[in-house]
Formats: sequence, structure tokens, C-alpha cells
Amino acid sequence: MKLTPRLFKSYASRNISNPRLRKTYRFATHHALEKRLQVVHEVPEWEALRDRAHTIKEQTIDQLDHYLEKLESNVVANGGQVFWARDGKEACEHILEIAERIHARTVVKSKSMTTEEIGLSHVLEENKLDPVETDLGEYIIQLAHEWPSHITAPALHKTRGEVGALFAEKLGIPYTDVPEELCEVARKILRGKFLSAELGISGVNFALADTGTIVIVENEGNARLSTTLPKVHIAVMGLEKVIPTASDLPIFLRLLARSSTGQKQTSYVSLISGPRKAGELDGPDEFHLIILDNGRTEILKDPKARESLFCIRCGACLNTCPIYQRVGGHSYGSVYSGPIGAVITPLFQGVDVAKDLPYASSLCGACTNICPVKIDIHHMLLWLRKQVVDSGGTPWLERVAMKLYLAGMKDSVLYGFGSRLLRLILKASGKANASWTVPGWTETREFPPLAEKSFKTLWRERQQEEQHL
Amino acid sequence: MKVSLFIPCLTDQFFPRVGINVYKILKKAGVDVDYPEAQTCCGQPAFNSGYHAEAIELAQRFLQIFRNSEYIVSPSGSCTSMVKIFYPEILEQTQLQEQLHEITSKIYEFSDFLVNVLGITDLGVSFPHKVTYHDACHLLRELKIKQAPRDLIRQVRGIELVEMDRSEDCCGFGGTFSVKYPEISTAMVEDKAAAIVQTGAEYVVANDSSCLMQIDGYLRRNHMAAKPIHLADLLGENL
Repeated sequence: MKLTPRLFKSYASRNISNPRLRKTYRFATHHALEKRLQVVHEVPEWEALRDRAHTIKEQTIDQLDHYLEKLESNVVANGGQVFWARDGKEACEHILEIAERIHARTVVKSKSMTTEEIGLSHVLEENKLDPVETDLGEYIIQLAHEWPSHITAPALHKTRGEVGALFAEKLGIPYTDVPEELCEVARKILRGKFLSAELGISGVNFALADTGTIVIVENEGNARLSTTLPKVHIAVMGLEKVIPTASDLPIFLRLLARSSTGQKQTSYVSLISGPRKAGELDGPDEFHLIILDNGRTEILKDPKARESLFCIRCGACLNTCPIYQRVGGHSYGSVYSGPIGAVITPLFQGVDVAKDLPYASSLCGACTNICPVKIDIHHMLLWLRKQVVDSGGTPWLERVAMKLYLAGMKDSVLYGFGSRLLRLILKASGKANASWTVPGWTETREFPPLAEKSFKTLWRERQQEEQHL
Repeated sequence: MKVSLFIPCLTDQFFPRVGINVYKILKKAGVDVDYPEAQTCCGQPAFNSGYHAEAIELAQRFLQIFRNSEYIVSPSGSCTSMVKIFYPEILEQTQLQEQLHEITSKIYEFSDFLVNVLGITDLGVSFPHKVTYHDACHLLRELKIKQAPRDLIRQVRGIELVEMDRSEDCCGFGGTFSVKYPEISTAMVEDKAAAIVQTGAEYVVANDSSCLMQIDGYLRRNHMAAKPIHLADLLGENL
């Protein structure tokens, strides 16, 4: 499968007719939602936390330049280096330069959507490096040469049987589908990689401007190993990940863990402030922070879309989305899937490329309802639909239909006339109660017959009757 | 007190009894009712498809038609949302803020109006059947109305209300979504229908004809037993 949102329709169509895949997604998303609900119920101030997080994000994004510069100066003060990358290419090139300088060969990566976004592993491989994904889910999809199907659970689409078969094939071990045994195999292999890697690359969940600290949340310990064992650590962050102060962090940690994995807290929360300092035992010699734009400042310019930069990548909107649950993450043709993916993919790649995504929603609002930072996701999809129409991205037949619809609806005389004429024609041709054929509808569902009389007609009749009484 | 009926185009053309029943219920509640006959469509199909220019024209028309109404009541959570929630978005740049505010503060979905404005939950209706209630998305998540319809159902004599699994899940209609993505839409209503049937209810009640059209279409095609019914029909036909 090619990674392009242009093919959403065909991917979705294929995936939805795969019962095994449907079952896997259904089970995984429902399970995640149940776990989330349990731990959310334990927090009476949940709604207040969401409001607070929204406000903090709003204030930060409104003064992004200020907080990013503050972050930069504090990272530098801590002994780290900061690189501003305009796009993925610049970020990848900078990483390659560092890798070359330190003669890196093995690169351990901890899970990071931002590095997925810029296709970093692929670039590293092309340049004769050996990038190893160390998050178990990411490791699985790396072995399978696939891309993540979920923001927080990248191998969600795979059953344990499939993982067992994959491990047997790629790693030459006897087949097993016992999760603990599979974990053990991966752990042994990855341990060797951690010890031999010259370079560690991570993402960033939050970057604290006031202390120059990056925060990474995870459950496997692989991020901590990736960021402390190799001599050099590079962290890659989208520029929206900055938050003002360390005291804001607990709010986001509570919201993120509960929303994404249904945990009160993730097993590991690493706060990293620069490289190893004199007298410290652990940590890398060099710490680099890459602050990535890659289309984000463009989003910042759009007052309706900028809220999408509040996203903390928890994945809850994916779990609750009835579309995602049924078509799966890969259908979106982007590393970002689900409702938030349908918003940011067109923003990153252009509405021409991703014009099907904003329409891949029944606008049910479950995403907005669950979002821990209260992003108005489904209303943003509506805004993007307008961008598709305004850029001429809809079929001409639809545009003509809309003109006709408007003409009929803005003139009640024409509307009433059409309504009566249609009934006369149907009656004359003996099809008054016949089922209509509606392309796209009647293949799977009955379409109701037109009522014998419209409400307006019934209303007039009733008014006359009542006057006679 | 005077109420103007806002009968959405789908209801007007396909489910006019729903409108008549809202009228009957409001009359029974002692309210004067009128129906501004110039009304057609609120513009939601255009807005939801991204055609804002067309939607804005119809929104302005709506404001004009209903400007003198004391209250506006509609048997659709979806079309009420269009006016109350989405008109302010599309009319943001216009000079119509005053009229807009006036309209959005006096429009109500019919169950909300009965329960929360008139304070009526018991209409003295009898309907000795087992029913389940589907939370229509716009009613629930745009207008935040979950209890009012249930309050009305519970007061009906002889009725048994059984909650279905995941009643808040979308039925898959979504306007043009239902024909743009028929496979996804059908996969959604498939699960909704299964949840309905699982309750053993004879009727599935909802407050939006569009959701009911989707659910009914699937139930009938698959010869499933439950019958969709609009809450206004359930109440109005048994007054």
C-alpha cells in the first residue's frame, strides 16, 4: 500500500470488507474506550482539566514564538543544541549530519509520530544506517514494512497470531502467539541494539519552555533506554509541543495517560534537561532538540484550523470514531489517521491531495466530545469541506446539483410547485408508492416513498377544516 | 405563548405526519401554533457539503421568515442545530448578528421545548409497547439533549423503555455521507440495528427523521422486526 490520502476511498472500501480486520479494530477500540471510561470516572474534575488544558494550549499557541524562543534559550543553557527545521527534509539532513559526524551505525528510535511524519527511518536506511524501532508496536510494523495504524498503538491492526507468524518469518524463531513469549524475543533482540547503538532518537510529548526540559511518556522503558544509553540523543518535536511551565505538565499528564491507554499514569515519564552534566552518571554526551515546522506555521495562520495544533496525540478520537473503527488507520493514507488525521492531513498535505478525508465523517461529534484538550474536531472537518469546495475540489455534477437545490429552496413558490408536480408525475405513472432507486443508498437500504401529501398541504387542509368548525 | 413550527424539508416531503403530530401536541399543551409557509430548507445539506455561499443564502432567508416568531420549534435535532449552532459560524462575517442572536435564542427542538420550556413530561398518552431510544448525534452532542426525550417516554402509560447498547453511537446517516460513503454508512447502521434488535424492543424511538430513515431502510431491507418511530408520532398519534 502506498502512503497517500488520495486513495482513501479504495483503501476504506477494501478494509471495510475484511471481516478479520473489522473484528480486530472493533475489539481494540472498544476495549480502549472502556478502559478510558473507567479511569475518567475516577476524576471528578475531568471537565475542568479539559478546559484548563484547552486554555493553556490556546495561550501558548497564541504566543508560540515567545515560548519557543524561551525553550530554545533554556535548552541551550542546559547544554543542549537546538535546530529549527523548516520541513522534514531539513530535519532528516540535520540528523544525517550528526550521524555521520559521530560515525553512527545503529540508531535506536523510540516511538515518535513526528519522525513517522517526516519518514525518518526510511531516510536513515537509504543512508546505510540501521534504524531500529524499539517500541514493541513500532518494531512489529518495522519488521512488516508497514506504517502505524493508530497514533498510540501502531500495530493495533495486527492479531497476536499475525505477529507470531511475522516473528517466525523475520526472526527465525519457532511460531508462538503467546504475547509474553513474543515480548521476550523482542526484548532480547532490542537489548543488544540499545547497547550497541551510537545514536538515540526520540520524539517529544511536551517541551517545558521555562526549564528547557523535554518530557517523554511511555510504558516499555524503551524511550528511556534510547535517550540515555547512546552517546548522542536527538529529540524531534513538532513546534506545537511546547507548554509554558513545568507546573502545567501534571494537567497534561493526567489527561494524556487516561485518554490514550486508560492508565492513571504511564509506566515511565522521562524529563530530560540537556545532556549528562559533570558529575552525573547517566545520559548522553550530546543532546539535540530539533524543532520542526513542516507546515505548522501555515496552520497557525488559519484562525479556524489553528486549534488542531492543540493536539496531544492521545488517540482517543480514533478509538471513538465510528468511521475509524470500521475502515481502520491505514485507509487514511497518512501516518495520522482518524478524526484528527482527517483534519491535519489536509492541512499538512493540501486539501487537493486529501479532499476525501474531511468528508469521511458522519459529523457525529464523538471525537470532539472525547478530546482531552477540547479541540472542535468535527466542526473543523466542516471548515475543511468548505476549503475543498472553494478550491474547486468537488465534482461538477455536485456543484450543479447545489445550484439547483438553492434555486428550489430559496423560492417557496417554486419549491411548492416542484413538490406538487413531482407527486402528480408519480401518481400519473402509477409510481406514487414505489420504492425509488437512489444510487449509493438503495444498494443496501430501502428508501422511503414520498408522502402522498407534503406537510404544507396537510397544514393548509387542516387550517381550512378548523376554520369551518 | 405562540410557537412557529419549523418543519424541515425532509419531514415536509417524506414524513409530514411528524409535523402534524408536533402541531397536535403543542395545541394540546395550550400553545398557539403557526407555520410560516415561506419556509423550505435550513441549508444544512449545502453547509455540510462545504457549500457555504448557498447555505448562507438560505440562512439569511430563514432569519427573515422567522424574525417575528416568539418561539421556533422543530421536530429535528439536526436542523435545529443547523440554526442554533452552525448559523453563527457561517454568518460570522455578516451584519446580521442581532437577528441571528434573536433567532438562536428562541429556537428549540420539540422535546426540549416541551420538557424544559413548557415543563410538560406527561401528555396522558398510552402506548403499551417495549421501546428503545436512539440518541441522535446532533441532538445529543450539538444541543446536549439526552434526558428530555427519555423523560417524555417514561411518562407514557404502559411503555417499557429499554436502553440499547451504545445508544450514543451514530446510526451512520450523516447527510450526504450516507451516499458518499455507502459502505461505511451501512456498516454503521448494521451495528445500530443489531443493538436495537438485541433489546427485543418493538419500536426504536428517535427525534430525527433522518436517522429514522437510515435505520428503517436497513431494518426493512433485512427484514428485522423493530419499527422506527419518531417521538412526535409516538406521542401525537396516541393523544
